[in-house]
Amino acid sequence: MKLVREIASRTVCLAGTRWLLPDSLSGKGQPDMIEARGLTKRYGDTLAVDDLSFSVAPGKITGFLGPNGAGKTTTMRMILGLDGPTAGQVTVGGKPFAQLMRPMREVGALLDAKALHGGRSAYNHLLCLAQSNNLPRKRVDEVLGLVGLSEVAGKRTKGYSLGMGQRLGIAAAMLGDPKVLMFDEPVNGLDPEGILWIRNLMKSLAAEGRTVFVSSHLMSEMENTADHLLVIGRGKLIADCTVAEFIADNSQQSTRVRTPQPDQLAKLIAAAGGTIRENGDGVLLVTGLFADEVGDLAYENAIRIHELAPVHASLEQAFMDLTASSVQFRADVPAQPVTAGEVA
Amino acid sequence: MATTSTQLPAATAGRVLPTTAGQATFMGQVRSEITKIRSVRSTYWTLIALVIVTVGFGALASWGAATHGHPGPGFDATQQSLTGLYISQLIMGVLGVLVITAEYSTGMIRTTLMTMPHRGTVIAAKAVVFTVLAFVTGLITSFASFFLGQALMSSHHLNATLSQPHVLRAVIGGALFLTVCGLLAFGIGLLMRHTAGAISTVVGLLFVVSVLVNFLPQNWQNHVDKWAPAIAGGQIWSVVSKGPNPQVFTPWAGFAVFCGYAAIALIAGLLLFRKRDA
Repeated sequence: MKLVREIASRTVCLAGTRWLLPDSLSGKGQPDMIEARGLTKRYGDTLAVDDLSFSVAPGKITGFLGPNGAGKTTTMRMILGLDGPTAGQVTVGGKPFAQLMRPMREVGALLDAKALHGGRSAYNHLLCLAQSNNLPRKRVDEVLGLVGLSEVAGKRTKGYSLGMGQRLGIAAAMLGDPKVLMFDEPVNGLDPEGILWIRNLMKSLAAEGRTVFVSSHLMSEMENTADHLLVIGRGKLIADCTVAEFIADNSQQSTRVRTPQPDQLAKLIAAAGGTIRENGDGVLLVTGLFADEVGDLAYENAIRIHELAPVHASLEQAFMDLTASSVQFRADVPAQPVTAGEVA
Repeated sequence: MATTSTQLPAATAGRVLPTTAGQATFMGQVRSEITKIRSVRSTYWTLIALVIVTVGFGALASWGAATHGHPGPGFDATQQSLTGLYISQLIMGVLGVLVITAEYSTGMIRTTLMTMPHRGTVIAAKAVVFTVLAFVTGLITSFASFFLGQALMSSHHLNATLSQPHVLRAVIGGALFLTVCGLLAFGIGLLMRHTAGAISTVVGLLFVVSVLVNFLPQNWQNHVDKWAPAIAGGQIWSVVSKGPNPQVFTPWAGFAVFCGYAAIALIAGLLLFRKRDA
């Protein structure tokens, strides 16, 4: 049983292999919209993105997950041709972004909501973007209506709140009726209503068959939004799988057992192939063995047990574990112990 | 803060928005750049300041020449009325720098390139729009300075008229000079990307270099002076060749040299812009 689980976790979620599969196996049979091959970006001595290969399929929300500094924004900037890769390439709809004849029809992106001239009104900001791609003027009114900024469109954007700025950025991304939408940390600093709104918008856009590629450093946000996950750390791809797979593989089940003979039991568990995560106050946290296996082991060896319970580590914790080795700016604080909060 | 005007619309059923499609073209980018330049207040303030300062300073210089001067045979009434160009070259330089560095300081450049990734097209469109704006403003400024200045000098019969040889060329030359000042500044802004650094460099090139050459030994000055950007470019708006150094370029040759400097800055800036991360 244990063996089956391990095999499953190693085959389903192999990092960076999905793009090798033909399109017929990788989704709904539609070609992938974003394709990165060996994408690498070096800033001086720092390798921000390290040989990244992945693809993003249409019709679903792909979450781009990683701790701060993992290279998410740099990757998105390379997709948009803002930064040139040191090596490798990335295409959108089969072509490098800079070669697209209808760039706004292909990609709409929100990287930094503050990347605009604060002295310009929202209307004029959107108008100048629309004009560059010969989009009709009424399109500006449409996207303003979509994000609920019609009434303040004539005001200069330097007076906008964080949430209004974010919505203006989304309006700009929606101008060209894009097939691909990219959002970099879109919920940062938003109130719950705004978060829910963006989440629903992304879901509707994906349901329309568009490619939605959204980055976040929060696993909990992705859990609620994304269908597929790309996880990176230190510029490298760590996982490329569905959210369900990621949860199955990484929210490792462990067993909490309280006993007056912890040292004896620990030895037996280790001999049986389990791993002791924690040992203190007579409580052991065991991984690699199910609760019934631990119970049988104790019974066969006449060890008294006062408590025995299966425990799920939170998904957030799984993400922390997965990316722990790849956190660049880790604070010098000991890691939080695994909480035994969610008892299955 | 939750006023009715900024409330989020209800979640939409079905399609989020109607469809649309558009192609990125040079003319589209030109319209985009027109919208950009007309939709920020700094454009208006800078241009109004430019016209007022240039015309005002030219009028002051003309009035001074008429009432207090003892103009000799080399007196150039046209150039006298255009004296304000010494200052407006710097204001136009500031505008030329800001057209591009404001995109960097605000981060707008990334939004621009996300919608129009053809970098050469972005710069060409910006240059075209800025050139037209600078030249039209230059013509208004130059002709206003000329007519006001000549009116002030006419009481002392020092005034020039457009029908005199080279006068019309010099007045239009004032506009050409200002335009190329702006384009030189635009190129330097594109190279440096930082407003303060680029403005300092423009002031240095246009103003400080012209002053510093005066401190060179006379026999060096004869060869170096005329190459200073503002001195070479300044010949186009003078009717009478004069100055401490008789070895200056002819008006059109000097203007060509000045255009050469601007072209170097623009081409170097464009090459870097195409390669650099935005």
